[in-house]
Amino acid sequence: MEYSNLQQQASSLKKSLFDQGYLDEQFCQIEDLQDEASPNFTEEVVSLFFKNSTRLMAIIEQAMEKNPRDFSRWDVNMQQLKGSCCSIGASRMKNECTSFRNSCGDENAEGCMRSFQNLKREHGVLRQKLESYFQLLRQAGHAVSVTATRPRGM
Amino acid sequence: MALTDATAFPYGLRVLVVDDDPTWLKILEKMLRKCSYEVTTCGLASVALQILRERRNKFDIVISDVNMPDMDGFKLLELIGLEMDLPVIMMSIDGETSRVMKGVQHGACDYLLKPVRMKELRNIWQHVYRKKMHEVKEIEGNDSCDDLQIFRNGVEGFDERGLFMRADSDTMRKRKDMDKDHADQDSSDGATVKKARVVWSVDLHQKFVNAVNQIGFDKVGPKKILDLMSVPGLTRENVASHLQKYRLYLSRLQKQNEERIMGAARQDFSHKGPSDNLNLRSSFEEQPGNLSNGFQHSSQKIQAQTNIPDPHLDDTKTSVPLKVPDKNGTSVSDAVDPQNITSASPLSGVFSFERMPVNQDRKLSETMILECQSWSGSVPPKQFMQYPKHNHERCDLLGDYSCLPKPDLEHPIAPGHLYAPAPVISMVEGDARNFSDVKPDLIACMKSLSPALTCTVESVSAQLSDSAVTSTNSDQKFSSVEGLSSIKDCDFDQERNQATLLTSEEASIICGTDLTWLHDDLSGYQGVSFSNIGLNSIDLFQCNDTMGALPGLQNNWYDDIELSSETMEIQLLDGGLFA
Repeated sequence: MEYSNLQQQASSLKKSLFDQGYLDEQFCQIEDLQDEASPNFTEEVVSLFFKNSTRLMAIIEQAMEKNPRDFSRWDVNMQQLKGSCCSIGASRMKNECTSFRNSCGDENAEGCMRSFQNLKREHGVLRQKLESYFQLLRQAGHAVSVTATRPRGM
Repeated sequence: MALTDATAFPYGLRVLVVDDDPTWLKILEKMLRKCSYEVTTCGLASVALQILRERRNKFDIVISDVNMPDMDGFKLLELIGLEMDLPVIMMSIDGETSRVMKGVQHGACDYLLKPVRMKELRNIWQHVYRKKMHEVKEIEGNDSCDDLQIFRNGVEGFDERGLFMRADSDTMRKRKDMDKDHADQDSSDGATVKKARVVWSVDLHQKFVNAVNQIGFDKVGPKKILDLMSVPGLTRENVASHLQKYRLYLSRLQKQNEERIMGAARQDFSHKGPSDNLNLRSSFEEQPGNLSNGFQHSSQKIQAQTNIPDPHLDDTKTSVPLKVPDKNGTSVSDAVDPQNITSASPLSGVFSFERMPVNQDRKLSETMILECQSWSGSVPPKQFMQYPKHNHERCDLLGDYSCLPKPDLEHPIAPGHLYAPAPVISMVEGDARNFSDVKPDLIACMKSLSPALTCTVESVSAQLSDSAVTSTNSDQKFSSVEGLSSIKDCDFDQERNQATLLTSEEASIICGTDLTWLHDDLSGYQGVSFSNIGLNSIDLFQCNDTMGALPGLQNNWYDDIELSSETMEIQLLDGGLFA
């Protein structure tokens, strides 16, 4: 029971991530790539993502401090982060990236600041949720069926 | 043979993935592995180039993100196309039409939007295949048995990789009407064609050249040449096809040179718009060109030019010996330093400028048709650039190649060089090499899919080349394709239907092996700007459209390939492959 309970928890956590827009279909694509040859593929990719995104965000933050109103630089950096978000389907983060870039386009430093704060928050939340998710999976022996938890018939 | 095995192609397709995002790199790698492709990943554009240069023959296709930190993705795209003639697919999260268009302009054979899906990656093999087909078509268009012979050998090489359909030797032979067995020939080394064919050995070619010179290039015709040559067993068809090739070869020399310079010049400029690119072309002397002068300007510069600034031409010690010797027979230009030339120019082997006999009979007239045009490397447009009279350096180039080092297929002399080997007329300097010698090289070349520098010197007299140029100019029309130069040239000739003879071009390396050179041009330059470069009434866009991206073009040809109908792709198309 414990086992299936963990399974259930993992499934429902994942489902909520989708329902709440934290993740999109791309995440399913990643999970689909997981196979015997790379049994922890999803987790590896996600962890790579967080490592990279943390770095990119630090760069952006630094640019915002050291290069005030250097919107094109900020935009370029943010584009990189956005591309990265795209890789695992970090949907909410991606949206914040977009709005940041829009603010850059409008040369709206305030807007950029706000978006960036949101981004940091989303980043933190997503990371925490995914960490929990993988932990559950580990505990459940990776028994959660990917297709079973796939939202919206994807 | 792997070919008949439905599971062969495109499995094992060798892909190089370039992306600065490690997450994407990991994902793409996994996706491509799932497609049963062989994947190499790379996080930096500069490293990618290095890898490609070092392992030139080891990749079939490159996928790269547009936004790389160390280099503009479009620039990388161009470089890869220029240097290695590999199909390149671009990726980006930005799907804006203008970006996509830019990608295509720069030669991308596809532009994928991130997030990329498996099914999109599964299909990338078609770009590799298409390119191959294009090459085959070019070769196929060439009447010469020789070309097919060589190609087939090359193709067989691919077979091993399961990447290409081997033309059936019987069907290929059927297309040939040349079954003459020439005295010097011994094409059966490793050749699958058992039928005798004409091998244009050095001696034979020399006879040919002499005959042409004697007649006068502008008055030359297969029958006359044949009569003069008085070689028993040689047919008018043999001569006709050889003449076509020869003309194409001459034009390719010039084009090659143009392209190389252009490529070099382009290095100095960041990616700008089309017009900028074109400007580069004329910047032989490192001056942003006034394109309007177009070739004329540059052609003049060519003469003076010695060094083409090109970061990629790091090995090039010499300037491209563009200078054409003075019509009156002055020796090869002073601008050209023979020593240098031989050392590293992109046109490498060709550069036996040092001993080129100057041809007195240069009637280089008026028009040098510059094919290579500032197409920035795309397929030579259908227009002619008229050059002021140039001396035919080429003549000289063709004169004496004994000093030319044998090119190393695997290691191009200088990165970034384009070379257009003339596959068929691989007259090797000095000895009477015949195709059999060349074949292994060709195979290697084919395998590499890259513009290998192979140099078989063609000892054509300067005079001949001169006349050749002249006459070409007058007709401005090459019948098609049997080009001396790469098959690709031939193909394009068909398309363009125009003379492709470039004068004042350094002799390109007559490479009996690299059939894909022209293809390099095409793919490499596809993307290069197509704005009007001031060529005489050249509408590059139009040209570009006509040529389309290579894939498009190839598709057209594909339909027409007689050869294919006989041999090649059929099996591939056979549902079996990807059931």
